[in-house]
Amino acid sequence: MVSALSYFFVEIIGYRVVAYLLLVTVSILALFFDILPVLLAAFLSALIWDFFFIPPRFTFQVDNAEDFFLLIMYFVIAMVHSVLTYKIRQIQKETGKKEEKANTLKLYNTLLNSLSHELRTPISTIIGASDNLLMKANNISEENKSNLISEISVASLRLNQQVENLLNMSRLESGSIQIKKDWCDINEIIYAAIKRLEENNIKEHFININVKENLPLFKLDGGLIEQVLYNLIYNAVIYTPLNSIITIDADCINECCVITVEDTGEGFPPDEIEKVFEKFYRLKYSKTGGTGLGLSIAKGFVEAHRGTIKLENKYSGGAKFIINIPTETSYLKV
Amino acid sequence: MNNAQILIIDDEAQIRKLLAIILQSNNYLVNEAVNARDGLIAAANHPPDLILLDLGLPDEDGQIVLKKLREWFTKPVMIISVLNSEEEIVTALDNGANDYIIKPFRAAELLARIRSALRLPANINDIPVINFNNLFIDLSARTVKKNNELVKLTATEYNLLALLAKNEGKVLTHHYLLNQIWGPSYINESQYLRVYIVQLRKKIEDDPNRPTHIITESGVGYRFIASE
Repeated sequence: MVSALSYFFVEIIGYRVVAYLLLVTVSILALFFDILPVLLAAFLSALIWDFFFIPPRFTFQVDNAEDFFLLIMYFVIAMVHSVLTYKIRQIQKETGKKEEKANTLKLYNTLLNSLSHELRTPISTIIGASDNLLMKANNISEENKSNLISEISVASLRLNQQVENLLNMSRLESGSIQIKKDWCDINEIIYAAIKRLEENNIKEHFININVKENLPLFKLDGGLIEQVLYNLIYNAVIYTPLNSIITIDADCINECCVITVEDTGEGFPPDEIEKVFEKFYRLKYSKTGGTGLGLSIAKGFVEAHRGTIKLENKYSGGAKFIINIPTETSYLKV
Repeated sequence: MNNAQILIIDDEAQIRKLLAIILQSNNYLVNEAVNARDGLIAAANHPPDLILLDLGLPDEDGQIVLKKLREWFTKPVMIISVLNSEEEIVTALDNGANDYIIKPFRAAELLARIRSALRLPANINDIPVINFNNLFIDLSARTVKKNNELVKLTATEYNLLALLAKNEGKVLTHHYLLNQIWGPSYINESQYLRVYIVQLRKKIEDDPNRPTHIITESGVGYRFIASE
């Protein structure tokens, strides 16, 4: 409408062309604004055209029958145009919403599938094994009894781990993660993560630990960083062959705590590297097990420290995770 | 030979049953209470040798129950807590709990903690000598030997080790250790504690990275282990 005012001096090109210019303006407005302001614009522009441009100018009077006809047509076209554009936009919006819904549903289904698998497998084991032990009529050998009991134990540990993952994820999602920073000995945190893997009976790979000599203490949330390392090492242990070597390095570079976890496995498919940190993402053709939460939790915890985590494939083969966390350091000597 | 009396205060029937079976099969006498009120009454009527206290009780906050118990009950109280609640654990330890165990717990771990809590002597100065594996600490002579060789410790290192050793099996919180060794103004200067623990481990542990004596309780404190 404001632009219409500037058409005062466009008179030279003839008032009929001005009608087209106004029409274009209304069409453009229809692309961006809601139905009511657009209809108002169409109406006002018709009046403006009549008042300012159709001779005799500066009156609403229309002498010429042809001009009167044009004015009516202008009015109708502007209205129809704005209504149509509005309708198209409505439909577009709805399809967008539907797509979003479909995506959420798909994510939800993926979650449910992997969850029900990951939770039901250990639960089935526990129910099956304990039922079997309870049936007195059953003649189970002592050896099988203890096998069943150890199956129950393994299944419960697995279940516990999944629940812990889900709790961590929901802590991240709800934004209720509170970082409790304290001075940390990074070496101790790395060994704590490894000890926890051993306690959970996770099969053993050769793990190399190269913590640089005389590293300072870092101010971090030790519990969260231990979980990050646990998840990364766990992944490396589960998804690489038994003979591969896992190497963990820690260093202090430019006031940042830099930790890398690398393995000598097959690495990640290059086109999937970007996606591995996404929630519930699982590599195509990867073996069953895992909810696709471990790496996204690791990323969430590192980012809660305002740090970054990157994944790259090494030239020599194998994957390398690089964690970089800006932090205070303390070189206290005793 | 045990026959120590243990009172379980927990509202979960399944946990109570599990605890009772584990404890009874190790010759403890078990008494159960389902809420704070019953627990306090049971403790007063038949004072047990140790109380296992769940922090999440239906009728009263476990921390308050602990404080009420500590007004008169001097024997060990062990907290049973859920995961990820370090702050609550630290508060409970400050409120006078001797130890804590996290659900889900392993039976062996639970029994080891109970044994060590029951072993805690009333007067900690009663144990002048600690001798475990290859480590020998003489608290009266202020000497520490590893594999029969004298370990050279600075005064602060010795004080820290002696404090941990006197409370063998018990978790000591970061604040408690800083306050006792360095004084009240150092209570938040945890970097001192970290550095000294690293030094001590290098001197007394076989593998400082896999310590068997000075154990880290993540987010809570340290525990000295000197026995099986």
